[in-house]
Amino acid sequence: MLLALRDVRKSFNTEGGPLEVLKGVSFELDAGQHLALTGESGSGKSTLLHLIAGLDMPDSGEVKLAGADIARMDDPQLAAVRRGKIGLVFQQFNLIPSMTVAQNLSFHARLAGRLDSEWNARLTERLGLTECLGRYPEQLSGGQQQRVAIGRTLAARPGLILADEPTGNLDEDTGDVVIELMLELVSDVNAGFILVTHSTRLAGFLQRRLHLTHGRLQ
Amino acid sequence: MNAKLLALPLVLLTYGALAQGFAGLGTDAEGFSVPEAGRELSFPRDHGPHPDFRIEWWYLTANLKGENGADYGLQWTLFRSALRPEAGEGWSASQTWMAHAAVTTDNSHFSTERFARGGIGQAGVRAEPFSAWIDDWRMTSRAAPGEDPLAALEVFARGPDFTYDIALTASGPLVLHGENGFSVKSASGQASHYYSQPFYSVRGTIDLPTGRLQVSGQAWLDREWSSQPLDPDQTGWDWLSLHFDDGAKLMGFRLRSRSAEAFTSATWIGPNGKTTSYGDGALKMTPGRLQKVAGREVPVEWRLQLAEHDLDITVEAINPNSWMHTLVPYWEGPVTAQGSRNGRGYLEMTGYE
Amino acid sequence: MIAAGFAALLSHWRYRPLQLAILICGLALATGLWTGVQAINSEARSSYSRAASVLGQDTLQQLQSESGGPIAAERFVALRRAGWLVSPVVEGTLRLGRTRVRVMGIDVFTLPRGAAPLGLSGGGDVAGFVAVDGLILVHPETAAALGDSGLNLRTSLQVAPGTLMADIPTAWSLLKRHDFDYMLLAPDQPAGLAPLSEIAPDLRRVQPDPQGDIARLTDSFHLNLTAFGFLSFAVGLFIVHATIGLAFEQRRAVIRTLRALGMPNRAIVQLLLAETVLLALIAGLLGVVLGYGIAAMLLPDVAATLAGLYGASVPGSLTLRPDWILTGLAIAFAGAFLAVGQGLWRIARLPLLAPAQPRAWAMASRRNVGWTALSGAVLLLAALVLAWFGRGLASGFLTLGALLLGAGLLLPGFLTLVLGLGARTSRSAMAEWVWADMRQQVPGLSLALIALMIALAANVGVSTMVASFRYTFTGWLDQRLASELYVSAGDEAEAEALRAFLAERADAVLPIRTIEIEIGGTPVFLYGIADHATYRDHWPLLESTGDVWDRVAAGNGALINEQLFRRGGFRLGNRVRIAPDWTEEVVGIYSDYGNPTGQMIVNHDRFMDYFPDVPKLRHAVRVPPEDADMLADALVREFGLSPGNILNQADLKRFSLRVFDRTFVVTGALNTLTLGIATFAILANLLTLSSMRLMQLAPVWAVGTTRARLAQLELLRTLGLAVLTWLLALPVGLLLAWVLLAVVNVEAFGWRLPMHLFPVDWFRLLVLAVLAAGIAAAIPAWRLARAQPANFLKVFVHER
Repeated sequence: MLLALRDVRKSFNTEGGPLEVLKGVSFELDAGQHLALTGESGSGKSTLLHLIAGLDMPDSGEVKLAGADIARMDDPQLAAVRRGKIGLVFQQFNLIPSMTVAQNLSFHARLAGRLDSEWNARLTERLGLTECLGRYPEQLSGGQQQRVAIGRTLAARPGLILADEPTGNLDEDTGDVVIELMLELVSDVNAGFILVTHSTRLAGFLQRRLHLTHGRLQ
Repeated sequence: MNAKLLALPLVLLTYGALAQGFAGLGTDAEGFSVPEAGRELSFPRDHGPHPDFRIEWWYLTANLKGENGADYGLQWTLFRSALRPEAGEGWSASQTWMAHAAVTTDNSHFSTERFARGGIGQAGVRAEPFSAWIDDWRMTSRAAPGEDPLAALEVFARGPDFTYDIALTASGPLVLHGENGFSVKSASGQASHYYSQPFYSVRGTIDLPTGRLQVSGQAWLDREWSSQPLDPDQTGWDWLSLHFDDGAKLMGFRLRSRSAEAFTSATWIGPNGKTTSYGDGALKMTPGRLQKVAGREVPVEWRLQLAEHDLDITVEAINPNSWMHTLVPYWEGPVTAQGSRNGRGYLEMTGYE
Repeated sequence: MIAAGFAALLSHWRYRPLQLAILICGLALATGLWTGVQAINSEARSSYSRAASVLGQDTLQQLQSESGGPIAAERFVALRRAGWLVSPVVEGTLRLGRTRVRVMGIDVFTLPRGAAPLGLSGGGDVAGFVAVDGLILVHPETAAALGDSGLNLRTSLQVAPGTLMADIPTAWSLLKRHDFDYMLLAPDQPAGLAPLSEIAPDLRRVQPDPQGDIARLTDSFHLNLTAFGFLSFAVGLFIVHATIGLAFEQRRAVIRTLRALGMPNRAIVQLLLAETVLLALIAGLLGVVLGYGIAAMLLPDVAATLAGLYGASVPGSLTLRPDWILTGLAIAFAGAFLAVGQGLWRIARLPLLAPAQPRAWAMASRRNVGWTALSGAVLLLAALVLAWFGRGLASGFLTLGALLLGAGLLLPGFLTLVLGLGARTSRSAMAEWVWADMRQQVPGLSLALIALMIALAANVGVSTMVASFRYTFTGWLDQRLASELYVSAGDEAEAEALRAFLAERADAVLPIRTIEIEIGGTPVFLYGIADHATYRDHWPLLESTGDVWDRVAAGNGALINEQLFRRGGFRLGNRVRIAPDWTEEVVGIYSDYGNPTGQMIVNHDRFMDYFPDVPKLRHAVRVPPEDADMLADALVREFGLSPGNILNQADLKRFSLRVFDRTFVVTGALNTLTLGIATFAILANLLTLSSMRLMQLAPVWAVGTTRARLAQLELLRTLGLAVLTWLLALPVGLLLAWVLLAVVNVEAFGWRLPMHLFPVDWFRLLVLAVLAAGIAAAIPAWRLARAQPANFLKVFVHER
């Protein structure tokens, strides 16, 4: 079992009082399994993803990654999990603006101490980024930037890859190409994959699908 | 001519002299000599300064007419004031000098002043041959040998906007006021030594911004010295000298008091120089029309009554704005007299706040 | 509409109170230091003009004797009797205990109205003043300094500090004289007087001096202070510019919305102008209050400096003056509008749909760095040209300005270059990121870093100058004060007896004669000294002919001080006209630090031939050093000399050094304040950038770096930038010191000093710089370490 969530709850303090976003979510994911997490805006799907990524902590419940409950970890342990076991792809790309494409691509892998230059080169080629290695993120198109973000995650070959609306800033055609490429590469490294999206069309690309409504899975 | 009595104390007041013991000036002579009744005046000696007295002056006023027939008034005054009874020497001498000069026309009044310390020759008075001076201002005797030195004088003064140079000749004797020159100033006995030469006829020139003109007329010289001239209650005075058309002359003053009726005194001078002195109350001086001058109300018209000579006249300023813009400011200017007798003269008023 | 629009624009500040606080603080600090310096200058200037207006010297003509000598007392009376309105004045200096005072004797009877220091009409105590042993008027501070002098003193604020004002005979008895130095001419003289050229051909009219010598002498010092004030202001302005520029960028969205809703662009610009006025007013008032505080704190030391360097008397207490309050507000407005100008310009020309680019604003492009560096290089070149060919004090300060600004503009380029090189050395991904990120931060932080660099360079420069000066000064004192005792007699008779007394007890008694003469229209003090080994062995000569002392001893040559050498343009071998029938060849030039005026030394006997009446009162006494105290005691005990008339060499040195040290307290304080402002600039910059920083840090955090580590790196980065800035500031500071020593000092004081290096100070400054940057970076770093994950997450999503 790669990932197991049990009765995960999370609420935020808002001006109108506490707002319960996740009301007891439980599900499991095996290694190599691909899962689409869908839901309306505000259904809590991004929050759920952040909890799985160790970017935020649940109020209660368990988030077990490869057997370890990340809900019980401290800051350095969480950082180690993010560095070594998880890969993240966001809607906003979130590249490091001060580093070149090449540096961005290898950044996560080098942090994790898992840089494989052969795989890196192949990845670069597959993503069609060979021409852009010396450039800076701001000099790339949106699609190119997202490819760099995907490449950065895949280069580190994490066990679990999480993507939050990775094509949200791209037009549909570019988005489809990016998603297909991503699924292909995820399969190559045999990683677990969770894609958060509000698009049922995109969700259709994946093996399994969970729908979140008002903080509960259906 | 007690008119001037306040002038010097005021100078000394502004000099901050209060702190040095001048506060009691009105009553206490503090080591200075005091005027005594019965002291016989002697000339020419008494034309000179009396440094053992605290204050003293040589005070000349003239009523003149120009070639054009216009009236002019003229004033030349030298004050002496001793800081201490001890004489001192050179730059440390204890005598100080102040002088005022003025020219009055019917619509202008020019006035200026000078100061000097004694002991260095910048200012002083010498009895024989008579000379009084400060800077280039002077009053110098031109009398023939054997004559009274004051019988003929040359008087010169100059300010930023006027100069005058006149020659005076006396046609009568010196006149002693009060009791042989002992003039009482208050009911409590303050007094001074006081004499005059009121019989001058004058010729000379005045330079004004409008040009030079020849003038002639009459003049009156006052000499007075004392050490404790005023009662503390006395706030100011009104003083007059008048030349009547018939040759008679009158000196009168009125000392105003905070606590009592004004104290008056007068001297009637016959055309031949025969004098009659009148004590408090004989002369009645009633202020008339008030005029705003230099920010205060001053009576520029007076009614004078002296029963003994059937005198009942109205005295009126030729130029109501005859204000002396000097360190110690006061009103001083020529007047005309009309009524039971006609004439002209000089009026001085001080202490109007 | 206007009110609603204003509310919308102003709401930005409610949303970002920190930004508002920084903005106001920055502007207030800038205004404060500027105002403080102006307040000090204005206080000093008013005191000079009071000194200059004493006895109407600034408006009244004077009569002086053609030969420069005194005027006999009778001449005054003669002129008065001729109708001329003149008033005599006698002037001199007097040592009372340890205090030197200027004595002025006046005649209150003839003093022209308006010239009177006590006001005849003001009820001054004239009777006491003209009394025997009359009152002496002094400033309260001088009265306090004199203590129990036994004189009949009366305090008066109308008298300049350091001056005794007395009646003529009182002054004469203090100065032991019986004549006058000059006469004042009343402005309105009567018409028709005999002309002065006929009645007093030997007296000449001297025109009034509206400025006064002191004001001229101290100009350089005040220019110096002003330069410092301006430097601080510029540094403070960096903060304001950075903050306000960002605020404008951040409000573009609001402005776009307002325009979309139909508000005219002109109205928006006007509202922003109104906002600027409001901010400038608040900050300006705060700044003026701050400036008052700074000035009040520094003024006593400034007063000491002015007294020590120029002999100028300035009271140590401050008066509120409308002039500097108004200039303070004006400069706050000028500063605010200068900072806002660029932003307003952009808003005024903003296309309706242009996107907001706060990040682009902060990250100026690389090309921009290049242009900046180029203009910096041009300025440095200009500084070089100015230093080489420039003349005068203004050119000296321009050199300084060009040097500092040029180096400042070069800094971003320098940092980018060094950080690029550093990145090549990195092995790990993290290190690579740290270098790259640092480099990226340079444009955003450059204004604050430039401010820091200028502050550091100014610090290195000024402290090197002061330390070099002190080092040279100490050595010079040892040479110059070679005699063990310096003794002054009260009058000629006492001096005679003194010489007899000392003849058997001292190794040598060297007479010192002095008189003030005029060379080329400026006052010069001429000294007559005896030929003695004391001078031959010790005198600090900068340049001389081989036989210099023999020439002086033979009465056939003169020594001049460096000030006269530089200002008068004399060279060795030139002949100087001392008196109408006396010229002397310059055979030596000596250093004479701390003296504002020119000086000249000739043989004693030759001096006495020309000035036989100069009092023979001062003497240098040589004794074995161990006997000096004993002899001084004997002079007091047996001979009855007052202790104030004996100066011991050791005391004199100690005193001189103390004066020296106090002199530069102000410079030190201003230095520290400037550094403080630079620190605040960095803090302000980091804080305003911190929200943007989050965006740059979030990806690194997301891929597995703890917040604590990120905070550490943030701190380290800022410290690194500070160290690099210091590295560039060091050579700039040393260049600055060179300009100060070789250009500005020469122009301002008339002496050139050798430069010495004090590396320990540099490292002290490095510690300070690191500390300053550390303090500035600590708050943002701490906030980062404590930031909630939610703050980072906001970067990734805008929905929950």
